[in-house]
Amino acid sequence: MKFLSDKALERLREGADTPDLAGTRYRLLERIARGGMGVVYAAEDQTLARRVALKVLDVPIPGGVLAHRLNREARVLARLEHPGIVPVHDVGTLADGRVFYTMKFVEGQRLDQHIQTVPSLPDRLRLFLRICDAVAFAHDRGVLHRDLKPANVMVGAFGEVLVMDWGLAKILRDSVPAANPADPDATIFQSPNAQPAEPDATPATAVTGHGTILGTPGYMSPEQARGDIAQLDQRSDIFSLGALLCFLAAAPGQAVPPMRKDKSLDAICAKATAAAPTERYSSVGELSADVSRYLDGLPVSARRETIPEKVARFYRRHSVPILLIAAYLVMRVLLLIFSRR
Amino acid sequence: MNKVLLGLLLGAVLGAIDGASAWFTPAVRAQLAGIIIGSTVKGLIAGIAIGFFARKVHSLLLGIVFGLAVGFVLAFIVAQMQHGYYFEIILPGSIVGMIVGYATQRYGAPAAVAAPSRQS
Repeated sequence: MKFLSDKALERLREGADTPDLAGTRYRLLERIARGGMGVVYAAEDQTLARRVALKVLDVPIPGGVLAHRLNREARVLARLEHPGIVPVHDVGTLADGRVFYTMKFVEGQRLDQHIQTVPSLPDRLRLFLRICDAVAFAHDRGVLHRDLKPANVMVGAFGEVLVMDWGLAKILRDSVPAANPADPDATIFQSPNAQPAEPDATPATAVTGHGTILGTPGYMSPEQARGDIAQLDQRSDIFSLGALLCFLAAAPGQAVPPMRKDKSLDAICAKATAAAPTERYSSVGELSADVSRYLDGLPVSARRETIPEKVARFYRRHSVPILLIAAYLVMRVLLLIFSRR
Repeated sequence: MNKVLLGLLLGAVLGAIDGASAWFTPAVRAQLAGIIIGSTVKGLIAGIAIGFFARKVHSLLLGIVFGLAVGFVLAFIVAQMQHGYYFEIILPGSIVGMIVGYATQRYGAPAAVAAPSRQS
């Protein structure tokens, strides 16, 4: 008896999983990545002759929890029309019963890869502010992302920043008919017995069973990690944004030397990632305003400065005019002294 | 406020203050009014030139260097007319030019850009 090798088995499995797009307007091109609920492919929209990203559910159960969740993800995305959020184009069901949706095909790099090429801290913080814009917009529309991490942010070829993977999003104020009483939202937290995901694994959020999802350690707020659904609000995303900010400020990777973080930026990170939600920023706007103030050399709300620090910051902001005026005054005094001799 | 007007005002004010500082030199105190007026006019001319430069060139370093050059040249001309006090006139005049050069680069509204014509 001859057994199939693992490689052959894997190939067979891939072949079986490859979605049959017959009857749709899409033509499959290549597999891009595996997400929490399914696989993302590059496909061609044959009607509009453009590339799209097509996300297909793993399991062909049209009425199942996962299908519901994928449909819901598409609806969440559809209500979030923002330059920083990947737009959804279409949603449907394949011949084999699997649910799919198509979205904009983003050509670019994941934030954790892109950041290796951005050594400047202000440039990284400007990227962060654009992520905040997208998340603030979602919060304004009553949607929590709940899985913000570097792997879920794409930076496009022209510098556009897109927040991806809204599969775990929670709708706070529902204008979209969504959750049934057994909404999978209620159980998408880390199972106590589940193996934690690798810190930087691409699909760090994976469905391990009906209603159990692994979050990303370090980016998930304590209340989310505990599964404390009642406490979840936008401050949970603020925790994740704070962790993202720490990640961006810490210069990950070998190629970039560690950058000097000052106390103000540390304080912003600490406030955003406070264990108690009440100690965090109350809105993403507040967090991004503090980061903007830091970028502009202004005092931040997260920390009270001492007088020498205020003087040093004032000097850093206005060093050129201070030096010019000082040079003028010194020169005047010297001329006065020499003219009296 | 546009950059030329800012340069003009700042040049005039700093020029007047610079001229008034001649009060500390007893030998020229009698001619203080003339010195202040001359210094103000010098500051006005320097300010306009530096303001126009700032409208054309957007570079802090070049703005400061241009301010230094204009301040130096104008102060040198004044010192030549005075037949003396080269240091006392050229040095502060040059630094005032640098300050105006910095300010016009950093502050003041840039020249308005004409809207592109619409094509159907």
